[in-house]
Amino acid sequence: MTQLLAAILSFSAFALLFGVVLAIASRVFKIEGNPMADNIETLLPQTQCGQCGFPGCKPYAAAVASGEAEVNQCVPGGERTMLQIAGLMGVEPKNIEEEPTAPMIAFVREDECIGCTLCIKACPVDAIIGAPKQYHTIITDHCTGCTLCVEPCPVDCIDMLIKPELLEHWSWPLPDTARAQLAIERKGQHAPHAT
Amino acid sequence: MLHTLLRSIAERPGIFSGGIEPEMLKITAGSPIATPPIAPIYIVPIKQHIGEVCTPIVSVGEHVFRGQKIARSQGYVSVPVHAPTSGTVVKIEDHAIPHPSGMGLPSIFIEPDGEDSHDESLEAICDYRGRDPGELRERVRVCGIAGLGGAVFPTFIKLLKDQRNPIETVIINGIECEPYLTNDHRLMLEKPEAIATGLDIIMHMVGAKKAIVAIEDNKADAAEAIRSALNSLPDMEHVEVRLLPTRYPQGSEKQLVQVLTGKEIPARKLPMHIGVLCQNVGTTFAISDAIIRGRPLTERIITVSGDALPRPGNVRARLGTPIRFILAQHGLEHFEDTHLLHGGPMMGERLKNPDIPVVKSTNGLLAMHSETMMKAHKVEQPCIRCGHCGVACPVSLVPNLLADQCRNDQFEKAESYNLFDCIECGACSYVCPSNIPLVHYFRYGKGQLAQITRAKAFADISKERSEARGTRIEREAAARAAKRKTVRTKHMPKPVDEKSSEEKSDISADPKGDGL
Repeated sequence: MTQLLAAILSFSAFALLFGVVLAIASRVFKIEGNPMADNIETLLPQTQCGQCGFPGCKPYAAAVASGEAEVNQCVPGGERTMLQIAGLMGVEPKNIEEEPTAPMIAFVREDECIGCTLCIKACPVDAIIGAPKQYHTIITDHCTGCTLCVEPCPVDCIDMLIKPELLEHWSWPLPDTARAQLAIERKGQHAPHAT
Repeated sequence: MLHTLLRSIAERPGIFSGGIEPEMLKITAGSPIATPPIAPIYIVPIKQHIGEVCTPIVSVGEHVFRGQKIARSQGYVSVPVHAPTSGTVVKIEDHAIPHPSGMGLPSIFIEPDGEDSHDESLEAICDYRGRDPGELRERVRVCGIAGLGGAVFPTFIKLLKDQRNPIETVIINGIECEPYLTNDHRLMLEKPEAIATGLDIIMHMVGAKKAIVAIEDNKADAAEAIRSALNSLPDMEHVEVRLLPTRYPQGSEKQLVQVLTGKEIPARKLPMHIGVLCQNVGTTFAISDAIIRGRPLTERIITVSGDALPRPGNVRARLGTPIRFILAQHGLEHFEDTHLLHGGPMMGERLKNPDIPVVKSTNGLLAMHSETMMKAHKVEQPCIRCGHCGVACPVSLVPNLLADQCRNDQFEKAESYNLFDCIECGACSYVCPSNIPLVHYFRYGKGQLAQITRAKAFADISKERSEARGTRIEREAAARAAKRKTVRTKHMPKPVDEKSSEEKSDISADPKGDGL
């Protein structure tokens, strides 16, 4: 009987002790926000373009983390980002529906601009400068090419141009040998299973 | 213990792991350096070094003298550009440069006046031993000198007398291990005194006590010339001329330092971190020219060779000379079925058109029959895991594995297998029995990794800006709300006690009564 009592008591004491430790730990090591969402967000290209159907990269990351969104909705990120997110989430990679276009930047035709500031309000990265009734212009170094400024413009004076390639940013293409081409083709076929 | 043991095995002077022995084909070794006539036009790109681009400081129609600065350097890693001859600036516009992309850079077009008169603003410094190293270093910078071995890194940066990394040994690189090229060989034969003086200047500038002139044993005559030139200078007993066995890529800085000192330069470190300074013989000559004669860098020695060239030779070419003009001097005027290479056959790059100018990095121009090139570029076969590439690699990488990773876009993995330690010497591609263009895959991988890094940096900035915008909108909304509140409280009737407010409302509600 005493043995039984001792066992019950000691187990209760342990349970109480661990309970207290865990309670303290959950307070001390509490992580604000969803770490998965943050991790996914660092993988996204941060264009803030909304092509995924969410109003920016952060909301999309949160949606993917909570399982509301698929891993293949980021258009500018392309296959690479999709594979990384899928790897992080531990889910099967999905097919990319829309191919990413060449990197673009917005360009304001200044002589047609009426200075309405609507594009400035639409820009997700504050890359347009201007003031009411003054010409607006794009800070090309910061433009993510999201196209969100094109729609609100009442006089249609914003063009999306292909980002000029700089000599310093040029990089070698794959060798044009048959085997290199074969690798690209095979990758296309196996993409959904590759991680 | 094991570490020390391994180190003692690894630190063996006189050897570097890997390497190959290609056919040297130094057919121009016996041709003296020729000076071509003045070309009808000079095309001077505003950036000819590794680093920041320069800004043109001359305008169209302006007359310039030879050696006059025509583009100002911006930023630290940069050197100015000088006019190659006297004449008139006719236009400044984009022109193709020797670059694998075939893309262009703004270039200054100079039409020579035939006088070739020099800009004499820089005085000659003959008593360099009595001058401050900082002053000499500034002279090397304003003279636009960049490493003429091919990497074109601004030379003045390396010539720093740094307390933290004192230079013990200066190495003059006269290895020239690329097949075909003989420009350094000829320079050592014809200007050994100037090279010896240049070495003396460098030793004075960095305060080094020891120096080694490294030459491969297929250039014994050059070693002899340098040795006798050194003997005629005072205080040169600590300078050693060393003949090394011919092996490619011994001329690569890291490999040469390993061969001469037995120390391996750690990854992402420079020779100065192990107390060594390495200069090419061409650069040494240019330094001596800049100090002793006050002449900025406006010309360099290049080897013009190749099996499609009727009269191969070595020339003293002005920077900016169109390659077409130089090749015409050597009997090549039609470029059908000809591949033009910029640099040697191992590391050189193919030129897309012959109107590209000679720049500071041009050490050789090769005109090859397309047939010869096609023979070298056979169909790529599957890797048979023979391991020859790993044996040949001078930096002990595993080329076949890296190529697989690059081909399959596993760039991060390739990086973790030290892709960036690859010096792109081409030894692996040379030995590959399956004709895999290994170096091309590495260049592709490195480029993609650079793009990924850039995209990541841009994404970080965009994220920051997007977050800043969020807080700005919040702040503005809060400010607006606060303003609304203050305006409301200001214009609202003052909350007074009920009685007086009732009275007031009575008055306002009954103005007529008041009037009556």
